[in-house]
Amino acid sequence: MAEKLLEIKNVSKIFRIGGMIRGKKLVAVDDVSLSIDSDKPVILSIVGESGCGKSTLCKMVLRLHQPDMGDITLLGRSYKDKKGYDPKQFRLDVQPIFQNPYESFSARKTVDSYLYNTALRLGIAKNRAEADQKVDEALKSVGMSLAVVKGKYPTQFSGGELQRVSIARALITQPKLIIADEPVAAIDASMKMNIVNLFKDLKEKYNVSFIYITHDLSTAYYVSDYIATLYRGCLIEYGPAKEIMDEPAHPYTELLMNAVPRVGDKWKEDLVMPDMEDKEFSIEYCKFAPRCPYATDECRKERPKETYLSDERKVLCYHPLNNGSK
Amino acid sequence: MLKVENLSASYQTIDGDVHVIKDLDFEIRENEIFGIAGESGCGKTTLLKTLYDIVEFPLVIDQGKVILSGEKNGQKFSYESGQIRKSWWNNISYVPQAAQSVLNPIVRLKKQFLDSIPDEDKKNETEEQTLARVAKYLEDLSLSPDVLESYPFQLSGGMRQRVIIALATFMSPNVVLADEPTTALDVVVQRGILMMLMRLQKQFKNTLVIVSHDMGVHYQITNRMAIMYSGSVIELGDTEEIFSDPVHPYTQMLVAALPRVGDKSQKVGIPGRPPALKNPPPGCRFAPRCPKATDRCRSEVPKFREVKPGRFAACHLLNEEVGL
Repeated sequence: MAEKLLEIKNVSKIFRIGGMIRGKKLVAVDDVSLSIDSDKPVILSIVGESGCGKSTLCKMVLRLHQPDMGDITLLGRSYKDKKGYDPKQFRLDVQPIFQNPYESFSARKTVDSYLYNTALRLGIAKNRAEADQKVDEALKSVGMSLAVVKGKYPTQFSGGELQRVSIARALITQPKLIIADEPVAAIDASMKMNIVNLFKDLKEKYNVSFIYITHDLSTAYYVSDYIATLYRGCLIEYGPAKEIMDEPAHPYTELLMNAVPRVGDKWKEDLVMPDMEDKEFSIEYCKFAPRCPYATDECRKERPKETYLSDERKVLCYHPLNNGSK
Repeated sequence: MLKVENLSASYQTIDGDVHVIKDLDFEIRENEIFGIAGESGCGKTTLLKTLYDIVEFPLVIDQGKVILSGEKNGQKFSYESGQIRKSWWNNISYVPQAAQSVLNPIVRLKKQFLDSIPDEDKKNETEEQTLARVAKYLEDLSLSPDVLESYPFQLSGGMRQRVIIALATFMSPNVVLADEPTTALDVVVQRGILMMLMRLQKQFKNTLVIVSHDMGVHYQITNRMAIMYSGSVIELGDTEEIFSDPVHPYTQMLVAALPRVGDKSQKVGIPGRPPALKNPPPGCRFAPRCPKATDRCRSEVPKFREVKPGRFAACHLLNEEVGL
């Protein structure tokens, strides 16, 4: 088997809510395993409702949170290996892009100062002149240039332009992996596609893999190679994007697909709204059972095990749809 | 019915006036769901504010007016800009943007309901009777009446949004304005809320105006829609027709750029960015980004007119095609 770029092994993250004595536990990420191969770049989308643990999972990959259980390995180096951890090298390999570009840049600093800092502090450029060149190169690859950006403040850009600058900043280090947390959520429809197309181009051009976190399923379908669906912290379905979107195997993925306001296909039937979100996190059996139209007694007894439907496709359900067993 | 007559409004700033909406002229009919779409900063919310008559400094109406008219309980009414306030809750109500955070977090919901119901409506009954009516209404909307006893912070975003919609529609107003009713909610909850709005509109046969930047939302629930760009309505008509046969170049590009589930073909966004409203380009405001723009587009403002039955658009090229 080829070496993995990123391997997430049975990772869990538990948050405490409330005081030390009377506090509750909230399992934000529950025994998630995912991996990205290093032989060819891919875009992996992580989809799910708010509060499903998408961002927590990515913060763990970015080392902003520590997993409470399980381990993450990046290019063969375990996150548990504290001695071998080289922060500089880590930042060269993994770069983030955040949701709201106006919040990720300080309004009082010029935008280019962020780009220079990344280039100079991580030792990619040795002096200002070299940094000039690296920064310009990165900006050009996202369709902007240093001449346009230099000396300007975030408020002088539109959301789409500023998001391009954050992508350029991430590219300076020539990372292996870019983690984009809802990068187009704050961008207008007319600009959204420009950013999403950029991911596709950069993937090929710079050989960089993306983890694309989103709740926008239509762009996820458009851009990604693989999709992972999270529900209340559990990875419930994983597989190639097209297969998952066209023939979802988990009832929740099916529900998500049907809830997308599509153009050209109107909704017909009504649906059940979730009202008991907090409780669902602590359920011991299948977390989706209370809302699942197909749930049986078996589902309410024990958490289902991961089932492989094919080499690349796994699902966490006793009764997966679309394979004739229903 | 809401009639917008030749309306222009601007924000007064230290550096001069910023004309946010310009020469709007259209009407929103009774018994329809009307959508207003457009990018951020195109004037959607400002338009809604003038419709609801919350025109406060620095916003001023430069010219034109909004007329709210109709019939409720057998009585005809008609209000103009400046008087619409009198009919709040009764004839018109408003679900503001980020409605999840408009409820007072430290006041129980029953108190907030009682406060918003006008006095004339509850003068002949005790507090308990009014609350019983509210509870009944919530039950009709499949919300548990228990929420009346809770504080807003105890409810999830989706629940709060549904409570706000219940509050806004409790007096069965003739017009309900909703500004981005589902932003910040995820798709499943979004669908639940949109279905609820549709059900309510069917039940009351009133007017529902929805502002959203999500074209999918408009396609799903609106009957007619207006597309705004940089302060003007550039196209207006039957929703399904706008999606199947857009006439304005901006709408055409916008519809073509929509990502769809089940379609992996290459899509392109619209190049460039909307103009700054402070000193907009002369002529058509979309001209700098429009691939079909001519010299006339860059110098002369196109008129908003009916290009075919029920379809209005503002574009010089169209005017030439239809011989105007």
